[in-house]
Parts: sequence; structure tokens; C-alpha cells
Amino acid sequence: MSGNEAMAEAAIRAGCDAYFGYPITPQSEIPAYMARRMGQENRVFVQCESELAAINMVFGAAATGKRVMTTSSSPGISLMQEGISYLAGAQLPSVIVNVMRGGPGLGNIAPSQSDYFQGTRGGGHGDYRTITLAPSTVQEWVDMMPLAFDLADQYCNPVMILADGILGQMMEPIEFKTVPGRKLPQKDWALTGCKGREQNIVRSLWLADGVLEDLNLKIQDKLREIEENEIICEQSQTEDADIVLVAYGVSARIVRTAVDLAREQGIKAGWIRPVSLWPFPMDVINAAAQDLKMFLVVEMSHGQMIDDVKIAVAGKCPVAFFGRAGGGVPTVEQVLDKIRELSILSDN
Amino acid sequence: MKKVFTRTKTYKDVPTHYCPGCGHGIAHRLVAEAIDELGIRERTIGIAPVGCAVLAYNYLDVDMIEVAHGRAPAVATGMKRTNPDNIVFSYQGDGDLAAIGTAEIIHAAHRAEHLTVIFINNAIFGMTGGQMAPTTLLGQVTATTPGGREVSSNGFPLNICELLSILPGTIYIERCALHKPGNIRKAKKAIRHAFELQIDDAPGLSLVELLSPCPTQWRITPAESLKWIEQEMMKAFPLGCFKDYKPEK
Repeated sequence: MSGNEAMAEAAIRAGCDAYFGYPITPQSEIPAYMARRMGQENRVFVQCESELAAINMVFGAAATGKRVMTTSSSPGISLMQEGISYLAGAQLPSVIVNVMRGGPGLGNIAPSQSDYFQGTRGGGHGDYRTITLAPSTVQEWVDMMPLAFDLADQYCNPVMILADGILGQMMEPIEFKTVPGRKLPQKDWALTGCKGREQNIVRSLWLADGVLEDLNLKIQDKLREIEENEIICEQSQTEDADIVLVAYGVSARIVRTAVDLAREQGIKAGWIRPVSLWPFPMDVINAAAQDLKMFLVVEMSHGQMIDDVKIAVAGKCPVAFFGRAGGGVPTVEQVLDKIRELSILSDN
Repeated sequence: MKKVFTRTKTYKDVPTHYCPGCGHGIAHRLVAEAIDELGIRERTIGIAPVGCAVLAYNYLDVDMIEVAHGRAPAVATGMKRTNPDNIVFSYQGDGDLAAIGTAEIIHAAHRAEHLTVIFINNAIFGMTGGQMAPTTLLGQVTATTPGGREVSSNGFPLNICELLSILPGTIYIERCALHKPGNIRKAKKAIRHAFELQIDDAPGLSLVELLSPCPTQWRITPAESLKWIEQEMMKAFPLGCFKDYKPEK
């Protein structure tokens, strides 16, 4: 079972009522898996005419209160941005998985992390954020699916999962665990037909003076609450470290090995791995910056998450970068060389 | 005294935002009457387009959603597939359905989605200020065809009913006009039939196109608009039933 298929199965087990998707490499196993399994479960699968249609089918099904998911890879996610903005504006829960590939443009089908800005800033119009989570192993991706649906339902907000082509294609032993779900609010806003109640309207257009401003403030309050409660982050060996590496997803696995090797060579290195990219673990990084010589951010891009690290560090120490993009994957040796180089520089 | 006419329940008693002589009010009422006559108000979900009719939910007292420009047939697909017992209809203008949303309507039709589509054709973009629509007539002056629509730069008017009726996924396609009582009654019958097919779970998409006046953007009086539909629009968009569904016995 590839990471793509394992994630799809986990979504089904998390109660995904409907899946809408369009084939694109390196995630095409997902629609194929869903076509087979959703039918077996008597749930809804539609292969759409475009990602634009897919995200709008998500919009429609989510508005009726169903648990809904779509998946794609970078160019397809770009095409979905209009719909994601509408989901955020109408405050509809949904799960969107991006198995990132190389860009810009048609790019290539190799793994990449160059959609961090798109995932954490929102590629669509208007003031909104998607809750954005980044798994680094297939097991973590599988475990993340029930959480993703719960977060979407709890906050009535789209949740995006940023995986990449490596995670989508790799096979790792996994276990499907049963975890108790969160206590979630009733979907009394859902469009089900107005039987025994007044009509429900799902909308994002507010023309009257001040109403849209109020809605924006309400959304911002919700986003602050998410920042308060939903940060997920892992760290290791940061307490005595001179240099701390920050990486997410597959890059974090490379970094972890490079840090262990650096420690063997007597370099006091540690690592921080943001799992929630939005909300970003600002406080964790800011606290670590206190007694540190420097951070090294490693990404499969030419520097996107580094912006958030710099915001978090707030000038307390230097922030260095190593990254490869367009399908290039940093090797352990390259990261280790960079650690050594920075370590010598900071000693001099 | 015997009451001979009353406002139908689904059509809310509120002031209209539509311009004098606009066809949306008539179209809304016909949809509301069909819903009430068929007794489906409590299981219906309506989809409002981008355009003047985005506020359709202010008039139609059913569950409603407002969607991105042109995407109504995709949204409707998501709703109907997950809620087959609900009656789902989209209400779309010519910019929405025939320009930006052409892919969505064609693919909802070709997938034979069990949906009802009310398509308002007024040959112009109303809300944005009277620009050319795909359905604008040749020679028609609009904000973006100041010298009149020309084939060489703007192509031909797009005939949606003719286009969709050749797809095996559509089961009922009819074009009506809202310019005189007889044809308005025909339009009502067509809308009702399009809903009935969905109630009966007939295997495909139904679409009723309504030629509808937009005096404000046509820059003529409401009375002249009704004549213009008959004398000009109906030449390019002939009325009639292009396709109907007969269940196998």
C-alpha cells in the first residue's frame, strides 16, 4: 500500500462521506483507490472534469453537512484556490490534500515542498487561512486524517494537508488505529431542505455596510482560537544546541539523520519539526532562539517556510538556509556539510 | 368572496431589488409556484448564481447556497450525489452558465446528473453593467460591443439548448420566453416538468431556458423589451422543446 492509498483508506475510516477528484501525478493512486473503496462503502466518488469542478463539488457536499475530501497535486491545487476561498468565506468544513510536486508551471512530477506559501497564506483571495498540516511519515499521515476531519468540523474551516511525492509513493508499514473523535458542534447550518425550520442560507456575499467587516472579524477570532489551541510541533536535542535545524515533512526525516551524524562529530545540533504549518509554532521557535547560535532551515524549495521561522526568531539569532527545488531532494550529506560549514563559521 | 389568486408560500413577501421590467421576478415566482404545487419545499436546495440573481435566496424560501461564478452545476453535483432524496436546482444567468461555467454545465449534463437547471438568457451581462454575453445577438450594442456584436471579433451567439440536447445525459431541454402571458404559462409548465423529472428520479439533467427581459441594460423601456424578445431574440433562440423524457413502459 503506497502512502497515497494508506491516506485514502484512513480518510474512509475517518468517515469521509464523499470524495471528488481529478487524476494528477503523483497522487493518481488516490482517486483510483477511492473509486474502488467508496463504492464498497456505499459512499460517493466522482471523477470530475477538472479540479475547479472538484473543489466546487466539495463545496456543495460540505454545505449539506457531509464529511468531504478532495486531493490533488500542485497545479491542481492552484486551480482549486477560488473554491478554497469560498469554503473559507462560507465557513464550510472540508479536507484538501496536496501531494506536492515540482513547480512553477507544469513543473515536473518529482517531490517538492514549494507550495508552502500557497498552503499557509492561502492562494485564494481574501483574508483567510487554511489549517495546514504536514506529515513526515505514512503512519503520521494516516493518523492525521481523523484529526483533519475533526478540525474542519470543529472550526468550520478548510483543512489542507501538505504531503509530497515521496510520501505519496513510498511504502511503509502502518497501523490503522481507532482513536476517539473530538466532541463536535452540530451542523445546524447545513442545507438539508427546510423541514420544520426556517430556510438555511450558505453564502459569502455580504453587501450591507459593515456586515462583511464583521464577518471578517469573526473569522479572525476563530483563527486566533486555532492558533491558541492547535499547534503541533516536534523537537529533539534543542536544549543544549548551538544550531537548530527546522524542517517539515520528508525534509525533516533527512534533517533528523543529519543532526544525529553531526552530534557524532561533536557538533551540538538539534531539530524542530513543525507539523502544523498553519498555525505555525512561533513560540517554540522563538523560545529556542534564546540560547542559540543559529537556525538552519531545510526545505525542498528555495525558501518559503524560512519566512515564518524569521518572523518567529524576531532577529534574536541568524537564520541560515539550505534548499533544493524543482524535484531536487536535499541529501543527508549535503545537510551535514551545511551544518559543518555553519558550525565552523560560528566558531570563528 | 372567493380568493382567486394568492402569493405562493415559497415566494417571500419582500420588496424586490430587481429593476422595473426585469424578468427575474417572474422566473422566481414560477420556480416558487412549481415547488409549492409539487409539495417539495422542505426537501429542495436551490443554488443562486453570481449576477443579479445572487440574491435569489431573499425571495425563494427554501434552503439555498450562493456559489462561485459558473460553478453551480458542480456544486449541485456535490449536493445531489450526497443527498439523492433532496431536490437540487441551479438558477443561472447567461454569463454564469454560458460563459464562465460552460465546462461545468456540459459535464454535469454529460454525467447525466439528476438535476434541474433554470437558465435565464437575457443576452447581456446585467449586474456588471451591460457587457456582451455569449448569448448577445449579432449587431446588439453592449458596453463591450459599442459598434454592435460582430462575428469577426466576437463570434456567434451560443445556443445552449441546441448544444445540450445532443448529449445523451440530458433528458429534458426546453426554451421558453417571459414576454407574454401565454408563454409565461408555458414556462411555468416547463419548470414544473423539469422538477417532476427529478422527483421521479428520471435518469438525467433537465434544463429550461427562459428568454428574459433586461430593459435597464438593453437601454429600452420594459414594454419595448417584451417586443424585442419576440422580434429579435426569438429569431436567434427559437422557442420549443428540444428533448423530453418518456419513461420506458
